[in-house]
Amino acid sequence: MKHADVPDGIAKLDIKAILKGLEHYRPRRRGWTWRTGGDKRHRAGPFEYHETTDPMNTGTPLPAAAYFGEIDPQPQPVITTEIASGRFEDDIRRMRMAAWHGADHLMVIRTAGQSHIDGLLEGTPQGVGGVPITRKQIRAQRKALDMIEDELERPLNYHSYISGVAGPEIAVLFAEEGVNGAHQDPQYNVLYRNVNMVRSFVDAAEAKKIIAWAGIAQIDGAHNANATAREAWKVMPELIVQHAINCMYSVKAGVKKQNICLSTVPPTAPPAPALRIDLPYAVALRELFRGYRMRAQQNTKYMTSSAREATVTHTLNLLISKLTSADIQSTITPDEGRNVPWHIYNVEGTDTAKQAFLGMDGLKKLVQLRRYESPMKDTVRELKERAVLFLEEILDSGGYFKAVEKGFFVDSGLYPARNGDGIARQLHGGVSADTVYERDPDYMAPVTAHFGYNNLAQYGQDAIADPSSLIDGCTFERPEKIVYIDELDPDDNVHTRLAQTAELRDSTLLKPEMEWQGDGIVLLTLFLPTDRRTAAVAAVEMGTRMGLEEVEVIHTEVMHPAEGTRVEIKGRFNQVIDTSTLEIPPEEKVLSREEIWDEIRERPMRLVAATVGEDEHSVGLREIIDIKHGGLEAFGIQVEYLGTSVPLEKLVDAAIETNADGILASTIISHYDVHYKHMRKLHQLCVEKGIRDRIVLLAGGTQVSPELAREQGVDRGFGRGTKGIHVATFLVEKRREISGSA
Amino acid sequence: MERNDDFAHRRRHLADLTEDNLERRFWLLAEKLVDPLLELARAHTTPSIERSVLLRMGFSSLEAAAIVAGTLDHDLISKGAGHVVYKVASTTGLSIRDAGRALAENRLWDEAKAAFPRT
Repeated sequence: MKHADVPDGIAKLDIKAILKGLEHYRPRRRGWTWRTGGDKRHRAGPFEYHETTDPMNTGTPLPAAAYFGEIDPQPQPVITTEIASGRFEDDIRRMRMAAWHGADHLMVIRTAGQSHIDGLLEGTPQGVGGVPITRKQIRAQRKALDMIEDELERPLNYHSYISGVAGPEIAVLFAEEGVNGAHQDPQYNVLYRNVNMVRSFVDAAEAKKIIAWAGIAQIDGAHNANATAREAWKVMPELIVQHAINCMYSVKAGVKKQNICLSTVPPTAPPAPALRIDLPYAVALRELFRGYRMRAQQNTKYMTSSAREATVTHTLNLLISKLTSADIQSTITPDEGRNVPWHIYNVEGTDTAKQAFLGMDGLKKLVQLRRYESPMKDTVRELKERAVLFLEEILDSGGYFKAVEKGFFVDSGLYPARNGDGIARQLHGGVSADTVYERDPDYMAPVTAHFGYNNLAQYGQDAIADPSSLIDGCTFERPEKIVYIDELDPDDNVHTRLAQTAELRDSTLLKPEMEWQGDGIVLLTLFLPTDRRTAAVAAVEMGTRMGLEEVEVIHTEVMHPAEGTRVEIKGRFNQVIDTSTLEIPPEEKVLSREEIWDEIRERPMRLVAATVGEDEHSVGLREIIDIKHGGLEAFGIQVEYLGTSVPLEKLVDAAIETNADGILASTIISHYDVHYKHMRKLHQLCVEKGIRDRIVLLAGGTQVSPELAREQGVDRGFGRGTKGIHVATFLVEKRREISGSA
Repeated sequence: MERNDDFAHRRRHLADLTEDNLERRFWLLAEKLVDPLLELARAHTTPSIERSVLLRMGFSSLEAAAIVAGTLDHDLISKGAGHVVYKVASTTGLSIRDAGRALAENRLWDEAKAAFPRT
């Protein structure tokens, strides 16, 4: 369904068309793609950028781009957005919105609990806090991203998780389906998912070998220690150690350094003196891990339900990225502290990164880190030494598994201090314990990208060089061998869900949404002049009386303990609006600022203006005139302002005296239609004085209807919401019309 | 374990290292730490690794799960699940695909066991 304001050639994604023919869909490429053109300077509008990349074909610029000709430069780092609604068909739409704003790393969070499923899931069941990663689901999303790539003319990286007890299978799935990035870190399984550690490391080697073959960019899981530890900034030495373990393990399993990304988070957040702690850490990490890639994540540990606060913390995180380096800039939605992220906040997070990076373009040419002076010098050195000591103690204690058994990791003490609150796991404990089997001397696997001992020699020399030649090629060489399963569950699938919202999907019916089509969720901000607890309860009552269902408070903030509280509530608006019944006035066209400016410079324009009748209002008219409000003066138009309560005769005389091109009459008071009576009289006076055919008459005010104004004989009426550019556009066009007919 | 920060004492052997040597030491230790883990991985397999092999051989996730379950029941996972399919296909003359599907349907396991005689 085409709506009034959608540009030509752009329509909504057709989910059904994406699902059609999926069994035969093949991804167009494998592996990760970086942004291009970062080595060149780029011009955009009035500016030259020193640190941007090739622009997109289309997209949605930042709001303030309206002042600069709608420019949309693209910073150097790949920008990530994490999407996790639980319904892949709705995630696809969100991916498109985020990609249009500049996200080119679309990361899909997995449903809760998939880490413990020993095997692959199939079909399109609904998830919780993420989607169940299945072949159909990722193929549909990859296909949708291929379509979005074409409209943006920018490669989009698709990403999910190779973790849990089915890591190697998921790695194969990702390699086959063109997934470009993945989390893979056996330590994550061990520490946070309680997957048996032996199983986790044995599986990881196979998964990493597959990742290497497919050119997938790998992201580690170290940042979780920061999010988990009680005093997060104290785990810095451990974070360095965790990165090192996964990096070295990956390199030795065959992954290229340039495809290994450290997931690194500034460990703390204001009101802590964040930069003083976070910046030396960022420097130490980048020095130790030269040659690896930095995926700069944003701090989640100290997030609250304040989206404003989260945005400021994230902007400081972006400053650290800029002062050090970031190959991939991840973003956290600023609402993550209050709910499963909503569409609008994925876009906000993406825009925050883009905005901050553009604002800091070329910063390092202007400021320099005082790396080799104290305190940076000492802190960086100390962090490195603490990490080395940590590694030494792991080895002294008998190796990695022993160290995990002893609770070395996620201890909140600043190593070597220990608080005894680390996470301990047992060698024979955890999910899928004792499921590791020694390979026999004749063990063999006839496939590409298999890690470890493989007795191919028993089947000849050719098999050693090309293991899958034994089976005439595996799916990596011959993707037609892939077996596609559509759906396994007749009820829990995309078709059932689409049927439930069918009436909203291709019609003029409209419902608000935050996560899923038709969810009806709305967000309301209130200020209530009372204490926090009273405000929270009262806000729910108010939301309910407004007709919302399932009203919940998602944020409160004390403005003053007694004077009042800011409350944000969400609720469901369970009504459907039919947009075909709405009267949507056509959008007023305005000329560009440059065009108006050029025309006025060539042919100056003079106006007289006043508030007429017994009317002392001046604010509205002044806003239309004043240069500082972007009013008529800003376009070079000269305006003689006569003041308030000016008789109409005096206004017309002034126009004649100054040979004005037009008269601007403001009339705010409107009882007994006095404003329209003024307009009629203004018109008549100009006719009487013989100037009506060469003067433009404009009337404005909050109660003015453009149609009724015209009926009174003036050329144009301007109501509420009018800006200087609307008036200027009309004046220029009207004068052209008068000159043309003269 | 609880311990006060004894960094000043503990670091004494690092104090004289140049920054480069400190970093070199860091990576040598990291390598020393992961080497035994990689050796373990080289010499072992898991049900997920074997299913990932079968996926690459052109079996569905459901078939792969059934075949690997069979290798565990019949004590053949140490041979490699893909190897079992490959051998059964060779000895029976079936295609890889048909041999695997038969195993997934719990057939041909006697043939599989016979193909890997225990010494």
